[in-house]
Amino acid sequence: MKKFAKIVCLLTVLVMALCCFAGCGEKTNDAIKLGGTGPLTGGAAIYGNAVNNAAKIAVEEINALGGIQFEVKYEDDTHDPEKAVNAYNSLMDWNMQICLGSVTTKPGEATSVEANEDHIFYLTPSASSANVLGGVADPLTGVVDVERKDNVFQMCFMDPSQGKASAEYISSQKLGEKIAIIYKNDEVYSTGIYNSFKLEAEALGLNIVSTTTFTDDTDTDFSVQVAAAKDAGADLVFLPMYYEYAALILKEAKDIGYAPKFFGVDGMDGILTMDGFDTSLAEGVMLLTPFNADAEDERTKAFVAKYQEEYGEIPNQFAADAYDCVYAIYQALDEGEALKNEDGTYNYDITATELCDMLIEAFTASDFTFSGLTGENMTWTADGAVSKTPKGMVIQNGAYVGM
Amino acid sequence: MLSFLNHLINGISLGSIYAIIALGYTMVYGIAKMLNFAHGDIIMVGAYVCFFAVSSFQLHPVVGLLLAIIVCTVLGTLIEKLAYKPLRQATSLAVLITAIGVSYFLQNAAQLLWTSNPKLFPDIFNGAAIKLFDGELIITVSTLVTIAACIVIMILLTAFIDKSKTGKAMRACSEDKGAAQLMGINVNRTISITFAIGSALAAVAGVLLCTTYPSLVPTTGSMPGIKAFTAAVFGGIGSVPGALLGGILLGIIEIMAGAYISTSLSNAIVFAVLILVLLIKPTGLLGKQIREKV
Repeated sequence: MKKFAKIVCLLTVLVMALCCFAGCGEKTNDAIKLGGTGPLTGGAAIYGNAVNNAAKIAVEEINALGGIQFEVKYEDDTHDPEKAVNAYNSLMDWNMQICLGSVTTKPGEATSVEANEDHIFYLTPSASSANVLGGVADPLTGVVDVERKDNVFQMCFMDPSQGKASAEYISSQKLGEKIAIIYKNDEVYSTGIYNSFKLEAEALGLNIVSTTTFTDDTDTDFSVQVAAAKDAGADLVFLPMYYEYAALILKEAKDIGYAPKFFGVDGMDGILTMDGFDTSLAEGVMLLTPFNADAEDERTKAFVAKYQEEYGEIPNQFAADAYDCVYAIYQALDEGEALKNEDGTYNYDITATELCDMLIEAFTASDFTFSGLTGENMTWTADGAVSKTPKGMVIQNGAYVGM
Repeated sequence: MLSFLNHLINGISLGSIYAIIALGYTMVYGIAKMLNFAHGDIIMVGAYVCFFAVSSFQLHPVVGLLLAIIVCTVLGTLIEKLAYKPLRQATSLAVLITAIGVSYFLQNAAQLLWTSNPKLFPDIFNGAAIKLFDGELIITVSTLVTIAACIVIMILLTAFIDKSKTGKAMRACSEDKGAAQLMGINVNRTISITFAIGSALAAVAGVLLCTTYPSLVPTTGSMPGIKAFTAAVFGGIGSVPGALLGGILLGIIEIMAGAYISTSLSNAIVFAVLILVLLIKPTGLLGKQIREKV
């Protein structure tokens, strides 16, 4: 036994000694390193894992083509801004060259600042608040709280654009006379949409009769909020929130025999595939969303089939956005041509800064359009927000149907 | 007026669930003098067990409930044996931190086993409801069952503590552990039984919680757990009727504050009332004043 311990000690010493030399010498990369932070554990893990899984699928597909190679790595941030910065730093130590940002908004607001200082290209699939990009005036005060970070881009809709689009849609389609809103006032996603919805609704003359809120600590009991909407006689309830809360609101409404129209946003996507959800509750629910897993086009079908095969779940919108991020970067690099050396190999050792300049130029070029799972002909301008058309969907017989 | 009644019924229903959870806290505190912060997570485990029994194995909800009670009782006893019993002589702070650790362990284990995707608890009562006054006043069956379950549990538990031999041992332990031991009461066994009963109650609470508020995630139990702990303190920790009173009052205040003042302030108001009560009556509404002998 003692001998064994000695051997172990000796081996440890050897390994440690070797490690000293590991840092020396020219090391060359054999792939472009993509990195991102997201909640892989904790309450928001559903989003982080969706993004991680989908980014991996996209990278595998691109690598299988045999051209430029990518490597993707996600670090866990547990939906906590402080941990997200640590996760980002450890990705920088890993020599990340392109950052896929953070999955959720609060961590995204933190890591985008770091990425801006480091000047590394930052394309987030789903951190959707205006402050992730910076340079957007607060709709209520008109003040720009955060300076524009020129290297930060979004694949998802920016929250204020969604609220505005929803109000316009409801007004132009004359969907409701009296509108009730329930939103989550401790979440920037929900409040961002709410604020711009409210402004736009007032401008368009929509009649908001009831506004109620909930928070993380009160996200199970909706009896008060639904009763308030009912008592105010609302015929349309706007739900700028994620589907897990919306599912409870729909159930509560059914329990008290209240049947207005419900109108959701992209966070509503996923409600039909929720475990144990009675899809008849969602009958007639309308939403604006860039992605739905039931779409009939080849691209979506192939992605959904692959995702289901590998992870046993139907991908949600976060997954689709992440998949699009990787492909948009691939396209912006001219499918790898931009990094090709004269001898046909790829320049994997390019610095993050050089790549950043290259990608900013590519993304903001006037002729750059990208078509992916979450939209056709998407474009970006120097403000970082994506321009794509949300699709109006209505749920019928347990499936999304275009409106 | 009718909407006031609706809110009141919702409040009592929510409060009944808090009360059942608070019982677990209060019993364990009364006897073991420790705050079992993992209690909320045992609720979550109970709800998951019932969820899988009913939706995956198509069992009858009552069978699901019984399974949940069995699993939670075993789990609660096991936790007590492995995590708390070795710390019987340690400082209360060490036990408290261990309880928080157990709570995190259960949450993360649940996430590994069942993922963090929210699951919707099956509608056991099929949305059936009693409608009065042209459907203006609606009482769902799950509300009625919750309130009835709370009353039955309270009566049984009070009878058990007052009349049975084990109940007597529990009361003795809560008064003075050392003296109880000298009188031939097996203190360790009594504490284990308390944990078993508390965990069984947690299973019932978990199933009731999820029939009324059907979203099920690994953190489902943590907020109701904290609220119920508040209810236990509110009513006087260590007192069984206090847990009932505290739970129901807390539920009603929470719903009424949301309905008539502001949904964003409902929690703030709940805790403000708690602070007020503790300022006026530091032992809680029904708590006993115990003089520390110097």
